[in-house]
Amino acid sequence: MIEWQWELVWELAPRFVDATGKTLMAAGGGYGIAVILGLIFVVAQRTPIRVLTFTMREFVELVRSTPLLLQIFFVYYVGPQFGLILSPWTAGLIAIGVHYGAYLSEVYRGGIESVSKGQWEAAKAINLPIVRTYRRIVLPQALPPAIAGMGNYLVGIFKDTPMLSVIGVAELMHTATTIGAESYRYLEPYTMVGAIFLALSLPAAFFINVFEKWVRRTLGMVK
Amino acid sequence: MTEDMSQYPLRLDGDDFPMVRFQKVTKAYGSLVVLNQLDLDVSAGEMVTIIGPSGSGKTTVLRMLMTLETINSGVIYVEGEPLTHMERDGRLVPANSAHIRRIRSKIGMCFQHFNLFPHMTALGNCMEGPVQVLRLPRKEAEERSLELLEMVGMAEKRDQHPSRLSGGQQQRVAIARALAMRPKIMLFDEVTSALDPEVISEVTNVIRRLVDTHNLTMLMVTHQMGFAKEISDRVCFFFDGSIEEQGSPAKLFETPERERTKQFLNAVLEAN
Amino acid sequence: MTYVEFLQAHSGRMIDGTIITVYQFLLSTVVAIGIAILFGLMKLSKNLAVRSVAIIYIEIFRGTSLLVQLFWIFFVLPLFGIHLDKFTAGFLAVGLNMGAYGAELVRGAILAVPQGQWEAAIALNMSSRKRMWRVVLPQAFVIMLPPWGNLIIEILKGTALVALISVTDLMFEVRQININTFLSIEAFGTAIIIYYLIARLFVTPVMRAFENAMSRKIGRA
Ligand SMILES: Nc1ncnc2c1ncn2[C@@H]1O[C@H](COP(=O)(O)OP(=O)(O)OP(=O)(O)O)[C@@H](O)[C@H]1O
Ligand SMILES: [Mg+2]
Repeated sequence: MIEWQWELVWELAPRFVDATGKTLMAAGGGYGIAVILGLIFVVAQRTPIRVLTFTMREFVELVRSTPLLLQIFFVYYVGPQFGLILSPWTAGLIAIGVHYGAYLSEVYRGGIESVSKGQWEAAKAINLPIVRTYRRIVLPQALPPAIAGMGNYLVGIFKDTPMLSVIGVAELMHTATTIGAESYRYLEPYTMVGAIFLALSLPAAFFINVFEKWVRRTLGMVK
Repeated sequence: MTEDMSQYPLRLDGDDFPMVRFQKVTKAYGSLVVLNQLDLDVSAGEMVTIIGPSGSGKTTVLRMLMTLETINSGVIYVEGEPLTHMERDGRLVPANSAHIRRIRSKIGMCFQHFNLFPHMTALGNCMEGPVQVLRLPRKEAEERSLELLEMVGMAEKRDQHPSRLSGGQQQRVAIARALAMRPKIMLFDEVTSALDPEVISEVTNVIRRLVDTHNLTMLMVTHQMGFAKEISDRVCFFFDGSIEEQGSPAKLFETPERERTKQFLNAVLEAN
Repeated sequence: MTYVEFLQAHSGRMIDGTIITVYQFLLSTVVAIGIAILFGLMKLSKNLAVRSVAIIYIEIFRGTSLLVQLFWIFFVLPLFGIHLDKFTAGFLAVGLNMGAYGAELVRGAILAVPQGQWEAAIALNMSSRKRMWRVVLPQAFVIMLPPWGNLIIEILKGTALVALISVTDLMFEVRQININTFLSIEAFGTAIIIYYLIARLFVTPVMRAFENAMSRKIGRA
């Protein structure tokens, strides 16, 4: 049986603060990429071009049903084989951005499909062009039902950042493993990582909930 | 589906062409033929009411004119110009979206379930088209919209979102929204069917006022025979995808000729 | 080296890895289902203590990362005298983690059964146990099957992490192949395809068939 050492916790704290920053950066950066890619994926799926629609659907399916860890390795190692060397950060953000972009495209799709047919027809009846119909009528209504899903995946991407440690991104998990190798102490580092994740993801879920209600109210769509 | 398009004129000439013409228009969903070679003319300023049993194709007629549905054959003309087609090298070819949008700007529509934009206020709903489509300055669009909201008696609710309005109120805003585009033709598809009985007159009164004060061409589908009789210039009885009988309200309601018309009117009277 | 040659040289390892992956996947799924039912029902309990235990379990496992949990179970638990071999630690971590998500699905589905069904069962004077097992759970089961389809794919994906504690699953094997040959696109690309085929040709059809069978049985088809 071993004892929990508070001194060690205080000693390690600065390194974990630093690593938390990196973790948040990875999550934020990856999410930014995912939000935009998701939109591109979903719009591509809704064009009348059959091949594009089909390929995009299959691609999204493939990305969603294979492990992120594998995709991270893929992106990081396949580049050099063709003379393109990506830094761990670049490769990691691309992999995580594409992976969650695929998820977000499904969230957007659900949101868009929740907008009733009558809304499209009313937009057509006042002769609104298609881009404006999306921007002014459909997307504002697709947003509130999508917020919960978007929020979940924001928390999800945050919790998946530890996988970036495998290609050497110095986020929380990587830091804990390094400390473990240096000091042969595993209890404190790994428990601290868990506590930090818990401390950040629980309030996040709460704020997303509040945010969703706020958006609904602002758009006047109280239900 | 190769139709001989030369039987249709490139445009309607002369000085008394109708505002709307359906010429041999057929609409099918798969093997179900909903409208069969429909011919229907509506003159400028005329109020035409469409009645008929459920599933007879009434809604489909309006939705085709609003270009919410494509047609399988035939041509629809609006103000003498083809809507569903356009001229290229002296022949009619299916219309492209620019052409459809140009002709469609002459038409406005009100739906059974209102279809107001839930994230916009009553005023926002009315201003959306004028600002975003007609590119009017906001100020002008607002003036125009307020005037119309005033006309339908909804001015004091201008800042409410649809979820805060009753059905009758929503439908009146929807009428204002359609009118804000200054259409020449207005389509009403069972605009009172989703309303509680006591608020139906809110909406029918607005339509009455429109008929009295505006020179709009109107096509209305309704189940309210009394209202149809009072307000229409002409009534068309649809049965099974074509016009079984049509005429002035007096004639169609008082002395119908066809057996099916009599049966339908009797059934409706009994139900009331 | 052509791709065919690559496959000839390495297919043995990849097949071995795939078999381990499938074992990990099936065992994780069993653990996850058990955990989900247990904690899903506990979270609905009227007893505050029972409910609290469920809430704490669910929040901890959903609020931290699977990888953190896996390393904790494998590296930290032994310090408290609990030694699990890597294979067991692997599927247990994945199952415990995914079970927490599943618990929310179970709870949500039970709450989604219309109030009228509970009332009708009460009106027939059913015991609370009968109400749950005869009336509510069968309907809840049909409601939660589609989201479980997604969760089970997540379980499959989650098992790839066990490679990081050296369980010799597919992920582990292709990583070894990559280290030895530097044929990254062949190694990782093939693995992606294998995972996709398992998901697409095995998991999804099985879940779909299950959904159809259940909704027919319950008369919702
Ligand atoms: N999208 C569609 N797909 C297939 N069939 C359709 C579709 N829309 C309408 N129909 C069919 O076309 C026929 C005519 O429909 P329409 O809505 O025009 O009837 P209606 O006269 O307006 O009836 P109601 O009085 O019930 O509104 C019906 O048989 C209907 O089932
Ligand atoms: Mg209708």
